[in-house]
Amino acid sequence: MRHTTNVSRRVFIKSSALTGAALTLGISFPSAGKETSILHAKDAESLGEELNAWISIDTTGKVTITNHRAEMGQGSFQSVPQIIAEELEVDLSQVNIVFAQGDGRKYGDQVTGGSSTISGSYQRLLRLGASAREMLIEAAANRWKIAPSECYAENGIVIHRSSGRKLGYGELVADASKLNVPSSVTLKDARNYKIIRKPLPRQDTPQKVNGKAIFGLDKKLPGMLYAVVERSPRFLGKVKSFNEADVKKSKGVKYVIKVQRDVFGIHMEGVAVVADTLWAAMQGRKALRVDWDDTGFDHHNTDQLYSKMKTQLESGQFLPFKTQGNFSTSFQKAEKKIEAQYETPYESHSNMEPLNCIADVRADSCEIWGPIQGPDWIQGEICGFLSLPPDKVKINMTFLGGGLGRKAFPDYPYEAAFISREIKAPVQVVWMREDDMTMGPFRPGMVYQCKGALSSRGRISAFETIMAGQNMGAQNPGADKSQYNGDVVDGLLKPYLDRIPNYRFGDTPLESPIPVMWWRSVYASTNAFAYESFLDELAVLAEKDPLDFRNEHLGNPRYTALIDKLRAVTGWNSRKKNEGYGVAITECFGSIVGEVAKVSRNESGKVRLDKVWAVMDCGWYVNPDIIKAQVEGSIIMALGAATHHATHFAEGKAVEKNFDRYLMPRISDVPEIEVHIMDNDEKAGGVGEPGLPPFAPALTNAIFDLTGKRIRTLPFKLNDA
Amino acid sequence: MASITLTINDQKHKIDADPAMPLLWAIREIVGLTGTKYGCGIAQCGACTVHLDGIPVRSCSVPVSAVASKRITTIEGLSADNSHFVQRAWIEEQVPQCGYCQSGQIMTATALLQRNPNPTDKEIDAAMQGNICRCGTYPRIRKAVKTAAAIRSKSTSK
Repeated sequence: MRHTTNVSRRVFIKSSALTGAALTLGISFPSAGKETSILHAKDAESLGEELNAWISIDTTGKVTITNHRAEMGQGSFQSVPQIIAEELEVDLSQVNIVFAQGDGRKYGDQVTGGSSTISGSYQRLLRLGASAREMLIEAAANRWKIAPSECYAENGIVIHRSSGRKLGYGELVADASKLNVPSSVTLKDARNYKIIRKPLPRQDTPQKVNGKAIFGLDKKLPGMLYAVVERSPRFLGKVKSFNEADVKKSKGVKYVIKVQRDVFGIHMEGVAVVADTLWAAMQGRKALRVDWDDTGFDHHNTDQLYSKMKTQLESGQFLPFKTQGNFSTSFQKAEKKIEAQYETPYESHSNMEPLNCIADVRADSCEIWGPIQGPDWIQGEICGFLSLPPDKVKINMTFLGGGLGRKAFPDYPYEAAFISREIKAPVQVVWMREDDMTMGPFRPGMVYQCKGALSSRGRISAFETIMAGQNMGAQNPGADKSQYNGDVVDGLLKPYLDRIPNYRFGDTPLESPIPVMWWRSVYASTNAFAYESFLDELAVLAEKDPLDFRNEHLGNPRYTALIDKLRAVTGWNSRKKNEGYGVAITECFGSIVGEVAKVSRNESGKVRLDKVWAVMDCGWYVNPDIIKAQVEGSIIMALGAATHHATHFAEGKAVEKNFDRYLMPRISDVPEIEVHIMDNDEKAGGVGEPGLPPFAPALTNAIFDLTGKRIRTLPFKLNDA
Repeated sequence: MASITLTINDQKHKIDADPAMPLLWAIREIVGLTGTKYGCGIAQCGACTVHLDGIPVRSCSVPVSAVASKRITTIEGLSADNSHFVQRAWIEEQVPQCGYCQSGQIMTATALLQRNPNPTDKEIDAAMQGNICRCGTYPRIRKAVKTAAAIRSKSTSK
């Protein structure tokens, strides 16, 4: 059904490069009382609609897609065009991709986080491609004076089915751009996909193997100065004084100034050394001596933080979150019951590309370039800081040398803008590795107290988990600290909450000056270690197979299918005596992932990780090879946090400053990884993060299976297990 | 400051630099070849790997004054059109995710394959041990090194 929109609404306005002879369609995002709709770019502008220009087809048939999400390794550079090309019926080689500038008004939420690039927008992207295709078909049908239903599109060409006549998209865009956007389109059945679900190579790969890809640190502007910053190592310290005159003697140093960056509403301080080259700035910083005022806040050691968390847990005081039935009574009455405490460390993000950002602040405008995960958030932050309207603040995204959550946080562009405003010149602020690793925001360290009881049939009758640790949400200015941390059940499979009759969750937040923030898969990355280790302990108590035990508490075909798949691909039922197998299954960002680790002893009797299997159920998906790469990477990142690195604090300062102390997994630490993807008709879930949480508990459960030793504190040394 | 002539990818560059400046910064900030990356500054991560007379080194920890007489090869020197067999293998195996460490990975792998055309898994692990990848592309790096070896042996046997 084609719906004819009110013609009087259509207003033709000035032609621009974007709207000239091309067909340019974008998506408007739902605003007050309005549905998402697909519009001509030119109409949107005149109607004052909030719209972006996602696709534009020019007279040569070339398609340009504006990618609204950051590319930090997770493959949105590939996945977004793959979706549009499918319904648009073009070959990916006809498609050119450009990065969108950060503009919350144009693109809606652009923060690349929560694994949401695809899951949050795929239906809109499909409709966008299909709408353009239908308009091109209609334009061809009009030309041939036949019904659109007699035509189909393929490879950028509209074809008349009976006569075989053909018209290329390029020849049709002028006509198509005058047609109304169809109000509804029929989307393809997944079984007929030609581009989606195919392991097509990523289009950004060629420029990432010859040095041409421009990351933030590679970007240069004419007349740009360079800054390195000595930031308060105790986070909340204030600058008392610094030896400006000494530093200024250093060659090339132009300014030595006190600077600020906004971290959850707190102006964290530092001293910037600004010079005409990066090297000169680095040399100048060597001469810098800053006297800090570190009074008025705690200078914690890691041990103190963890004993504080444990004391809070022992107090029995917590903010209740979810409850069902009566946990206390059923736990007390139960005959078979256990308690266990699990600990996970603080972690830095330590992306391979350290933080950096260029800002060029003028009298009435600001432009930013950098490896940025959250351009719209950053735009808002800079607008507030400089009191500028959004159209005067332009955010440009380069490639990101990793993001992992850290590059969504707006403090580093804020600081760059602060410096540029002070010195009235464009400036690139470079965080050296030591700055990047010690300043946070970190993944918060956590302690979990778990209690569980079994019924006479070996089912969980009572379950309680109380979490102690910093609440990210409570850092914001004016945050209500009486609020529980709603992320306490992240990672836990949802059906457990339907099948366990008595449960209670809660948290007891830790107060600390250490800034904390999203780290790939956020709280699920630590919660899952507690939940999936404890479920394993309960399965042992029930004397049941760990997969059977989980399945009994799920009773949901989607989860059972995943368990069956895990059982089949791992050879679970035929595992050998001298091998340890451990499983964990978690759920976050709309996807369910099960992982099985297999361990054995090497020649010298040390525990060795032999293999990891992963089964990913992310529902509707785009590119299986990108999904596999994301799961492989998630497992290896989890391996690092489980067995290699942690950030410690001594007298309020981060201890690990570089890769000599913050040890990363190396190639020789990595086992064979086998990834399977479930095919089903479920909604699209996230891909970049959900593969991380199950790995650590799968590994420690496997070690228990092999050695009988239960590991409840991360990180641990695999060799000592 | 000293005047130093660097030979990078068969081209001579006369630069004025602090003799103590690490080669990394001379390559990136003075010569302007940004494919070589800064990751740690203390020779722990391998992102800055370049070849000196064919030997892989961490350019963040080699002073520019020490390399004046050497032949320096950076990622840009392999090929601009991705025709080099290691680049081809990296594309075939779809190794990069964020891509930041990959210049260093590729330079280390290229040096390995120059001295050992058919490395075993163990030899690959040993040679690539100094290069960190935070995205965790290690399984694909292993495959790509083997693919590169196969591509080269095919092209030389013809």
